[in-house]
Formats: sequence, structure tokens, C-alpha cells
Amino acid sequence: MTPDEFAYTAGFVKERSGLVLTRDKGYLLENRLMPVLRTHNLKSFSDLVARLRNGESALHAATIDAMMSKDTAFFRDWKPFVHFRTVVLPNLAVARGIKKSFRILCAGVSTGQEAYSLAMCVRDAPALEGWSVEIAGLDISASALKIADDACYSQFDIQRGLPIRTLLQHFTKEDDYWRLDPSLRALVKLQAWNVLDEMFPLGRFDVVLCRNVLVYLDLQTKLDVLQKLSRLLVDDGVLYLGLNETITGVSGNFRAVDADAGIYAAHRGTHPSALSLATKIETQRKTRRLFSTGALFRFASGAAFSQRRRLSSSRFRQLRFRAGHSRGPTRFRYSFRRRWPSPASCAACK
Amino acid sequence: MKRCMIVDDSRVIRRFAAKIVQDLGFETTEAEDGRQALQACRDQMPDAIVLDWEMPVMDGIAVTEELRRMPGGNRVAVIMCTVKNEPKSIQEALDVGADEYIMKPFDSEIVRTKFVLLGLIG
Ligand SMILES: C[S@@+](CC[C@H](N)C(=O)[O-])C[C@H]1O[C@@H](n2cnc3c(N)ncnc32)[C@H](O)[C@@H]1O
Repeated sequence: MTPDEFAYTAGFVKERSGLVLTRDKGYLLENRLMPVLRTHNLKSFSDLVARLRNGESALHAATIDAMMSKDTAFFRDWKPFVHFRTVVLPNLAVARGIKKSFRILCAGVSTGQEAYSLAMCVRDAPALEGWSVEIAGLDISASALKIADDACYSQFDIQRGLPIRTLLQHFTKEDDYWRLDPSLRALVKLQAWNVLDEMFPLGRFDVVLCRNVLVYLDLQTKLDVLQKLSRLLVDDGVLYLGLNETITGVSGNFRAVDADAGIYAAHRGTHPSALSLATKIETQRKTRRLFSTGALFRFASGAAFSQRRRLSSSRFRQLRFRAGHSRGPTRFRYSFRRRWPSPASCAACK
Repeated sequence: MKRCMIVDDSRVIRRFAAKIVQDLGFETTEAEDGRQALQACRDQMPDAIVLDWEMPVMDGIAVTEELRRMPGGNRVAVIMCTVKNEPKSIQEALDVGADEYIMKPFDSEIVRTKFVLLGLIG
């Protein structure tokens, strides 16, 4: 590829997807575009570039798709999902207790693992039974979305991140593949979407994930996307970024809750920032009862699912007591009388 | 340093797994069948065991059952690591007391995931 062809292709990719390719990434460009040459019967990179310049839209999409890094895993990085499960979901169960619905956005959902991990968390929360929960998954890559849509994963994929009991609970084996339970698949709506485009037609969300997507963008593009995401987020909403994508001091739209784990709260001038779904507040202690002991332990400890078996029974009873299960081992009925505290009565906001 | 025992009748797999587990910061020991493994556990309990299912002398299921009956055997994290990949087999391993399950073939990322899930590493 000549320097001129590289410059054109890199410029095209940046304009369409935000991905920045510096000159030293020539090998990456060639590696990833090789399959496009093959499937489109092109003889050389010059051929490809000429046709890109010509505005062949099928080739445009294929080129962008091929350039994307789509690596992902179930419960990737683990920590953010522990937070989602033990802080955000209990908070949502209270804060949205009247309308009994909430919406989650996965921007850059890739092959679906991230969205389905959230779906499993939602399904495992008995307090949310009968709620209407929507998880929207967006990606620019049609090939990734196709895999996400199928929701059928190889043995390698399912072993990256899924606890074995979760696998048995939510997947069935089909030949050498594992298929996600169709009712979980149905919680997730997939859409081809470019995060550089306007996103307001999607509506607003209580939780937004945009993990390991912004790393590939330059600062200005990153800020633009963050600005758009902040407009999608409700006032008490939560944003999850990848682990090493700190935006502290970069974007004024968000406030770090746990920057190491990529957890941010929407930052509104007028809104008491302490009252965020991302923050453990006093009410959370009560809402822990909403969750079965098993679910709580599994995720609160981030440890072995069978930890319980290994604890002596008196130690277990002690822990169960602390989690608010002094009487019954499993589900707790909860009336939704307790309200999300009004800003005026929230001690943390004063 | 935490200790992990690798039990497999294939030397190649033992070496491969040991290298991965060492990179996770563990000291490793090896055993080539179930009986050897239990003998070593009696001398010193490891923190974790990566355990093959099908072995010529005493299989992984028998080892897990026996281990769970031994004093201190309940504290060891047992990761069954086998070519058996049917839900029925997985359930059987969990029922006798395995904590996690790896289906062969595996790579370092899969092993790392399982160690994180078990709280063995941060
Ligand atoms: C590395 S993956 C991350 C997947 C997942 N969020 C995770 O953290 O595991 C990045 C994904 O973002 C998508 N992506 C990159 N730029 C995008 C854009 N401008 N609009 C929509 N999706 C984009 C890619 O196609 C890819 O699937």
C-alpha cells in the first residue's frame, strides 16, 4: 500500500467510525483488509482504494466492519458486573418501583456477550420478575451483530467469563455450540448504529455501557461521543466505560464513581449527584433483601459460587443474617412503599 | 505463595497448565493420577487443584469425593478440567463438589477467568 493509499484509507476509516490509524498501523490495515480483497475479488489494495474513492457502498461497509476490533467476553472484567448487580439493580428496583421498567444501552455491543451478561443479571434478580426491561445493543459492525443475533457461542467463547453454573442455567448445548436461552435473547434488541451519529432517536436510558469502544478514538471524537451519551442518560443514570478508559478531568458530563472499574454517574448541574443509581446509598441496605441469598453471595463476593458450601454453617447463617435474610433463605416479598428518597431528604445531598 | 496442584495423566497437558497457573502467581505441583494426587493432599493441602476427569488410576470424580471428606479438603478450590463437555457431565462434577469446570481444549485466558471467578486471584 502506498503512503497515499494508506492516508486515504485511514482518513476514510476515521471519518466513518472514529478509529484512528497512525502511520505505524499500516500492517494492521493490510492484515484486516486482506479478507475484504478476497471476498470482493479485488486484485490489490490499489484496486480497493480506487473503488472506495468511487463510493461503492457495499465496500465501504465491509471495510469499516473489517477494521473493527470486536474482542469481547461474557462478564468482561467482572468488577463492573458485580457493581451492576449489587448496586445498580437494587437501586433500580427501588427507584423505578412504580413504573417497573428501565432501559439499558450497550454501545459497541460487538458479538453480544456484554448485553447477554446484563440480561442474565436481570433474570437472576427475583425482585425484577414481571418488570419490563429493555437492553439495546448497538454496533457498527454487521458481522458482529449477526453473531449476536444468533446468540450461539463456541466452547471457547462461553468459557471466557461465564461461571459454569451460569452456563448450565442459561444455555443449552447444540452440537459443539451453546445456545442462549431464547427468553434472555429476547431481552436484547440489536441495531446497526454508528455512535458518531445522533443517538437521540433511541430514547433515554437508565444505564449506558460504552466499554472498549472509545479507546480507539481521538480526544475530540471521544468528547463528542461522551457528550451524546450524556444526553441519552437519565439524571440519575450510570455510565460504564472500559477499565482503562478514564475520563476523569476530560469530560465534565460525568462524575467518577469508581474510575478504576470504569463506573461513572451522570453529572448534572442541577441534580444532586449523590443520588445516583451508581452509588450505594442508605436505601440500598434495605433493598438488598430484594435479592435472593444465592445471587447476592455469588456477586457480592465475586468468589466461588460454591463458597457457601465451604463456609461452616454457622458462618453462613451469620452472613445470611447480615444480608437481611434472618428468617427465610430465599425470596423475600417486598412492598414498594419505600421510595427513592427525595433530594431534600437525602442526607448525602445536604 | 498460593499453591496449585495439576493432576492429569498427560505430561504435555500438565506442563501446559502448570505454566499458565505459574504465570498467575501460583506455585505448582503435579500428579499423574488420582491416587498420587490424594497422597500429596494428605501431606499438604493446596489452595487449588486443576483436575482431569479420566485417569487410569482413580478418576477426577472419585478424587473430588474423597478430597471433600478429608480434613481441610473443603477449602480447596477444585477445577475439573476435561474433554467431557455434556451438560450432564458438568452437573455430575458439580454435584460431587467441583467448584468450576474447564472443557478441553483450553487456553490461558480461560484458566485466568476461572481463577478470578473462584476468587483465587484479583
Ligand atoms: C472491542 S469491542 C468491545 C465490545 C464490548 N463493549 C466489550 O467491552 O467487551 C468494540 C466494538 O465497538 C464497535 N464500534 C467501534 N466503533 C464504533 C462506532 N463508531 N459505532 C458503533 N460501534 C462501534 C466495534 O464494531 C466493536 O464491536
